[in-house]
Amino acid sequence: MTAPILELRDLDVFYGPIQALKKVSMHIVEGETVSLIGANGAGKSTLLMSIFGQPRAASGQIIYRGTDITRKSSHYIASNGIAQSPEGRRVFPDMTVEENLMMGTIPIGDKYADQDMQRMYELFPRLKERRNQRAMTMSGGEQQMLAIARALMSRPKLLLLDEPSLGLAPIVVKQIFATLRELAQTGMTIFLVEQNANHALKLSDRAYVMVNGQIRMTGTGQELLVNEEVRNAYLGGH
Amino acid sequence: MDGIFLQQLINGLTLGSVYGLIAIGYTMVYGIIGMINFAHGEVYMISAYLAAISLALLAYFGVESFPLLMLGTLLFTIVVTGVYGFTIERIAYKPLRNSTRLAPLISAIGISLILQNYAQISQGARQQGVPTLLEGAWRVEVGTGFVQLTYTKIFILIAAFAGMALLTYVIKYTKLGRMCRATQQDRKMASILGINTDRVISYVFVIGAVMAALAGVLITMNYGTFDFYAGFIIGIKAFTAAVLGGIGSLPGAMLGGIILGISESLFSGLINSDYKDVFSFSLLVLILIFRPQGLLGRPLVAKV
Repeated sequence: MTAPILELRDLDVFYGPIQALKKVSMHIVEGETVSLIGANGAGKSTLLMSIFGQPRAASGQIIYRGTDITRKSSHYIASNGIAQSPEGRRVFPDMTVEENLMMGTIPIGDKYADQDMQRMYELFPRLKERRNQRAMTMSGGEQQMLAIARALMSRPKLLLLDEPSLGLAPIVVKQIFATLRELAQTGMTIFLVEQNANHALKLSDRAYVMVNGQIRMTGTGQELLVNEEVRNAYLGGH
Repeated sequence: MDGIFLQQLINGLTLGSVYGLIAIGYTMVYGIIGMINFAHGEVYMISAYLAAISLALLAYFGVESFPLLMLGTLLFTIVVTGVYGFTIERIAYKPLRNSTRLAPLISAIGISLILQNYAQISQGARQQGVPTLLEGAWRVEVGTGFVQLTYTKIFILIAAFAGMALLTYVIKYTKLGRMCRATQQDRKMASILGINTDRVISYVFVIGAVMAALAGVLITMNYGTFDFYAGFIIGIKAFTAAVLGGIGSLPGAMLGGIILGISESLFSGLINSDYKDVFSFSLLVLILIFRPQGLLGRPLVAKV
């Protein structure tokens, strides 16, 4: 087995007195698309943010490409090739689409900025139409595309996506997942957190199921799609 | 329209552009970490002393040409004041980054007292002064009277507006500016994108100090005198200007400074100069009542 690009070992994370993650262990291999599914409040977003040290893990280890990054600063982690499209998109509301995209280039400088921006406009043609518009004036779907494109601008080795389907119309969700499939086929390593288990599992090589801050189950996307327990809990039980 | 009105308008524009420069420090720091840096007026005061020291040094070494004197003084004052701004943030605010909102406010007042006493002890309590560097004026006949525009005032206007234009350019079009704006709009997201937000906050303090230093040099040139307490009233005025324009907004600070300067000058020239401070602060009270977000600020929406 090749060494994983990211590995979490027995991670414990607290929000004040509340334990959000309990002894979470998982790994992602380069080139894989891995998803983490689970209900609202299971700790999925906390897990993504704790990779960036916000909040810091109380115990356990986060190993990224052989280095322990558990105690590193957020900007160090970002500078070394992990990018995130976070929960709630968090695009910069007062910046234009183009400026938001430029913010993604901080870790690598603006050497490839023009070239990569063109690539983003091919991936998400809607962004090109809106390039000089401020992010706050755009729809939820467009903001989601912008958040993903901004993350891609740093040419990440590992892309973390937090609920890209949240609050979007089914047709937009379909578009976004089609784009993610394209990305995965180019060899991008993707770690996807989703409530929309159906879309996520179809896209993923492997997946983890999280319940109350613990990993309950793991398997390939196909295995989990047909798993009785998963179907009842996350796929509407049909 | 008579000459007095026009004259006061020009005086007010000059004063206001300098208020605007200092207000920038308040508004940018507020924008990025949500605190009012009450030591900012003292940073301005320190820069006035530095300007005088620099002028004395240059004169001692026999520099006499105005451009060289100005260049040397600006450079020296801006660099040293910038170091002050950086150091104050490191010592007084950074250690309190994750504490309550009141804590850095209290340490700001502490720093302000320390700087005042430091200047008083090291430089003496007497008023200090610098000689007029730029003699002469431009006179224009207006009706029965005339309007006088001293070369000093012209220089102040040019320098202040150049400073503001340069900063606007930096914030709008450079990478540093984008990093400042990103940190202001969403600090957590900025750090996830690889921005060292602590460093950006340091930069903002330095920018504020540099603008205050420019103001310090310019005001010292105009009035010629200052003392260790000079930062207090000008600091509060600049703060008023920042609130007037909308605290957190960069163009707001500049606009607020100019409006405050002009209205204060018109009031003191046409109505009563003894009550000009009362007038300025009454203006602050009225803004806070009727438009708390300021002219260009946005209404505060509570974040969930």
